[in-house]
Amino acid sequence: MTAVAERVRHAAGRRVPTRFLPVVVTFALFVLMFAGGGLRYESFASGQVLLNLLIDNSFLVVLAVGMTFVILTGGIDLSVGSVVALSTMVAAALLRAGWSPVLVMLVVLVGGAVFGLAMGAVIHYLEIQPFIVTLAGMFLARGLCYVIDLESIPIDDPLFRTIAQTAVPLGGELFVSPSVLVATVVVAIAVYVLHLTRFGRTVYAVGGNPQSAMLMGLRVAQARVGVYVISGACSALAGLLFTFYMLSGYSLHAVGMELDAIAAVVIGGTLLTGGSGFVLGSVLGVLVLGTIQTILSFEGTLSSWWSRIVIGLLLLVFVVLQRVLARRGVA
Amino acid sequence: MRDLLRRPVWPLVALLLLNLAVMPSFFAVRLQDGRLYGSLIDILHNGAPLALAALGMTLVIATRGIDLSVGTVVAISGAVACTWIASSPDPASPGTALTGIGLALALAAALGAWNGFLVARLGIQPIIATLVLMTAGRGLAQLVTDGQIITVNNGFFAGISGSALLAVPLTVVVAAAVYALVALVTRRTALGTLVEAVGINPEASRLAGVRSQSIVWTVYVFAALCAAVAGLMISSNVNAADANNAGLWLELDAILAVVIGGTSLAGGRYSIAGTLLGALTIQTLTTTIYSVGIPPEVSLVFKALVVILVFLAQAPKVRALMRRRRRRRDDAPPPAATAVPAETAGSGR
Amino acid sequence: MDRSALVEMTGISVAFGPVQALQSVDLRLHPGEVHALMGENGAGKSTLIKTLTGVHPVDAGEIRVRGEPVAFAGPAAAQAAGISTVYQEVNLCPNLSVGENLLLGREPRRAGRIDWRGVRRRAAEVLGRLHLDVDPSSPLGAHSIALQQLVAIARAVEVEARVLVLDEPTSSLDASEVAELFRVVRRLRESGVAILFVSHFIEQVFEISDRMTVLRNGRLVGEYATADISRRQLVSAMVGRELEVLEQLDRAPAEPAADAEPPVLAATGLGRRGAIEPVDLAVRPGEVVGLAGLLGSGRTELARLLFGADRADTGELTVGGRPVRLRTPRAAIDAGIAFSPEDRKAEGVVADLSVRANIVLAMQASRGWMRRIPRRKQDELARRWIELLDIRPADPDALLGNLSGGNQQKVLLARWLITQPRLLILDEPTRGIDVGAKAQIQALVAEQAREGTAVVFISAELDEVVRLSDRVLVLRDRRPVAQLAGEDVELDRVMELIATGGGARA
Repeated sequence: MTAVAERVRHAAGRRVPTRFLPVVVTFALFVLMFAGGGLRYESFASGQVLLNLLIDNSFLVVLAVGMTFVILTGGIDLSVGSVVALSTMVAAALLRAGWSPVLVMLVVLVGGAVFGLAMGAVIHYLEIQPFIVTLAGMFLARGLCYVIDLESIPIDDPLFRTIAQTAVPLGGELFVSPSVLVATVVVAIAVYVLHLTRFGRTVYAVGGNPQSAMLMGLRVAQARVGVYVISGACSALAGLLFTFYMLSGYSLHAVGMELDAIAAVVIGGTLLTGGSGFVLGSVLGVLVLGTIQTILSFEGTLSSWWSRIVIGLLLLVFVVLQRVLARRGVA
Repeated sequence: MRDLLRRPVWPLVALLLLNLAVMPSFFAVRLQDGRLYGSLIDILHNGAPLALAALGMTLVIATRGIDLSVGTVVAISGAVACTWIASSPDPASPGTALTGIGLALALAAALGAWNGFLVARLGIQPIIATLVLMTAGRGLAQLVTDGQIITVNNGFFAGISGSALLAVPLTVVVAAAVYALVALVTRRTALGTLVEAVGINPEASRLAGVRSQSIVWTVYVFAALCAAVAGLMISSNVNAADANNAGLWLELDAILAVVIGGTSLAGGRYSIAGTLLGALTIQTLTTTIYSVGIPPEVSLVFKALVVILVFLAQAPKVRALMRRRRRRRDDAPPPAATAVPAETAGSGR
Repeated sequence: MDRSALVEMTGISVAFGPVQALQSVDLRLHPGEVHALMGENGAGKSTLIKTLTGVHPVDAGEIRVRGEPVAFAGPAAAQAAGISTVYQEVNLCPNLSVGENLLLGREPRRAGRIDWRGVRRRAAEVLGRLHLDVDPSSPLGAHSIALQQLVAIARAVEVEARVLVLDEPTSSLDASEVAELFRVVRRLRESGVAILFVSHFIEQVFEISDRMTVLRNGRLVGEYATADISRRQLVSAMVGRELEVLEQLDRAPAEPAADAEPPVLAATGLGRRGAIEPVDLAVRPGEVVGLAGLLGSGRTELARLLFGADRADTGELTVGGRPVRLRTPRAAIDAGIAFSPEDRKAEGVVADLSVRANIVLAMQASRGWMRRIPRRKQDELARRWIELLDIRPADPDALLGNLSGGNQQKVLLARWLITQPRLLILDEPTRGIDVGAKAQIQALVAEQAREGTAVVFISAELDEVVRLSDRVLVLRDRRPVAQLAGEDVELDRVMELIATGGGARA
């Protein structure tokens, strides 16, 4: 038995550790797709196209970060797309009512966190499946949008407009939007929390084996409720970034965006059963989704629905890959 | 009947009474051009696709599964049937419509078998396995329709939702027939019992020799077929296939209907009557919101509130808390020394 | 009150619903002593441990640590009081690294953030103290269960525990790993830690423990100094002898002529790595073969191989003289084999289905779902077997989950008996059920054999095995030790073999 363990240990040490493998695959996929695009289309493989990927998807990055926390504990949050929409609506409506833009941002962020807190508390303390609770949250948030207004509300607040139109130069001809900087900071904080705090490690432990985490005396309740607070706050922040991007609040914003977020997380190598995955993987997942869109827009003749089909296929590949890795892990 | 009474009937009754209060003519039914009309008939007619999708979902959930791809199968079946009809040389003939319907059902069966393959054969968690088709399916539907809304002008196809049998809308007849068929099949064969056995205790079922794989395949194929029929009704109702919006979020409503009907998401015992009740509750809620004069878009808030209420009332933890409170009122106060932390009580299974 | 005791538990009672798991049990742990907690399955060992470590609250009784009464709100509180536990299953997170698992929840931190270099250093230190050569940054799941178990022990040791509870830590370790573990345990004992050691390996208990407490059926049998008790006495304390309320069974020994008949099932060299070493076994029609051995001896593992519930990696099987490969239970059932599993609740009972549906389940599964057993036939079968086995309540519509353990077991037996199997494998069919039902089940087994069914009978209660069996295969430490037949099938002889291994290895 020891000999077997020895062999496993050596094999695991020499190759890429299994837990990094999905992320490496995703990274390779991203590089391949990007390089493929560069070979096929002129002006594709430019720095700005790469940066545009981030500019156009900064809200999705933030969303995927929150979703990563939730999925790491083995949960799911279906409400994120609706919370994005609700955030755009609340922001637009409050600005229309003449609130100060800074206060509006604060209200939106705190509102998202409280929304997540309520869902997390119901999930943990009342033991109702995350799927159902966040589904109700999805309906509620989307419905509240319509309560605020049935029509799209344009935003002409100077601060919001300024943020939306600012380009942060990076030297050369390159630039990013302020949203990209915000998303970068969020990713950095998420990496810090997940890897350098006890809360973050408890998130992984809960996803790996909730029973063990409890027996080890870890703060399971804090982690399980906390991830939904984080996801709610991230959704609200993504909503603000989306507001900058669209400069309007609208009930039909971000329909189905929860699926994009979940897809990005899974393609980024996070196990839907929890316990394994990385925020940076999710960022790569978002980039892969964005690259698919970019290639389709460069191609021109390929219709937009191909992106859904390709995303579905990628999901399939990664789900089966995860299954194979899990089986090998058991054997 | 006893079974039906145990299900939460109160939301539906409350909604119906509310309607009656707001609109006294709510229960009126009238006959016009050989077809019944009225609010109740509307609820049944508009609720038929949801009721069907929820029926398939019930059996899937009974085996401890879930099918997230129901909505996309709705879109695909409508897309296939309409595209076939619209592109055929004889787009008005009943034969063309029949072939289109057949194609749609066959494709749906194949998609159901695909879900079954991922779940039963590869052993992938149902929620993940069906997420694949949920994501890709709408793209497939758009691929079929080339991204257009395909309108058809075929009397036979329009008849799926427009015609009536003995004054009852065909949609209602079809849904009722499928419910009756499933009730009959699960009673006359051992399928119902074996589905429940697999859902309640998969390992015990395996050791008793139950072929759970083939049962799981069967229910996913059936769920897809139900969704396809629902999709045909929806697209026949508007004489068009909208790959983008047809059946959007229908799987979520279907899951809700199943759970409101008293079937646990954890699998096992299911209730077909309960699911029907759940589907009607959801549809009545939607109709009520119209009739009370609330903008239809706001209906989601009410839906969410109803869901939250029903689930809180059903949650074992909440029930236990209520029981404890009731007991505490009766008994002397218990010693405070043995407080159980929430984590312990939560994951102690 | 015992002044020297570090932990003193008195009159501990715990009930789970109607089931009384512990009834007025006492346990004392002294510093610098290894105390063994012994008992068969269902004796209440795990429950007792969980009350000590704050997982279950007690219904009655008192726990004192250093003389102070305590009530732990959870594992964290128990740990804070210096009580650390290594559970039966490895309760760590396989997705995290070895080092993290050692220090999760108490990682060294610098300015609020986890000091990973410190974690690695501390982990290496702890592993080094136990002489474990493991890379602390490797994922735990990549290691064998044995190593994971050692990591779990290292985690428990790391907190400077005053009391260390080891719940069957050796069940998956090989001899050298056990020796390593014991070295660590002795060192901890010398440093004054009180160690509660649970194991079903008798030799290990005698090797390491100073004192032992024996439980049976949730009650205290006694506390003994290890030096004062023999292996035989221990086994009989654990297994017990039922009061002779059981009716005398008129089991005539199987006819010697039966040897001429081909066996219903014959296994040669049947084994599975980590579960049971290769076994030869033949069961003839009308013969009851008992598998005797303590928990963890491999008796259940062997039964599961015979039924195809697990796949064997070595050996041949023949059914009625023809070679077969039983890759699934389905295949075994088609070959005429029936299996009533040990863990009734998890593997047998379909709790939310009616008694009737449970009784016909296996038969229905064989027919496939299309060919439903007609309702009248179902009712008739249910009625007949409810009456025959005296199942109570005598209501075929009652949900099986609401019946008592004994009646559930009778339903499971009925499930198989109506399929008229050629071989009936019964794993602990009488565990945790009342004496009356026990006698009925024993009589039923005898009757089945008389009618020509071959039976493999497993029970923790050895006198039951001895009374019913024509032959007994004795298992010990996942190995066959001896096969007894005819006159040799005798309680003292079986106990002797289980306790000592008989000195010979089969």
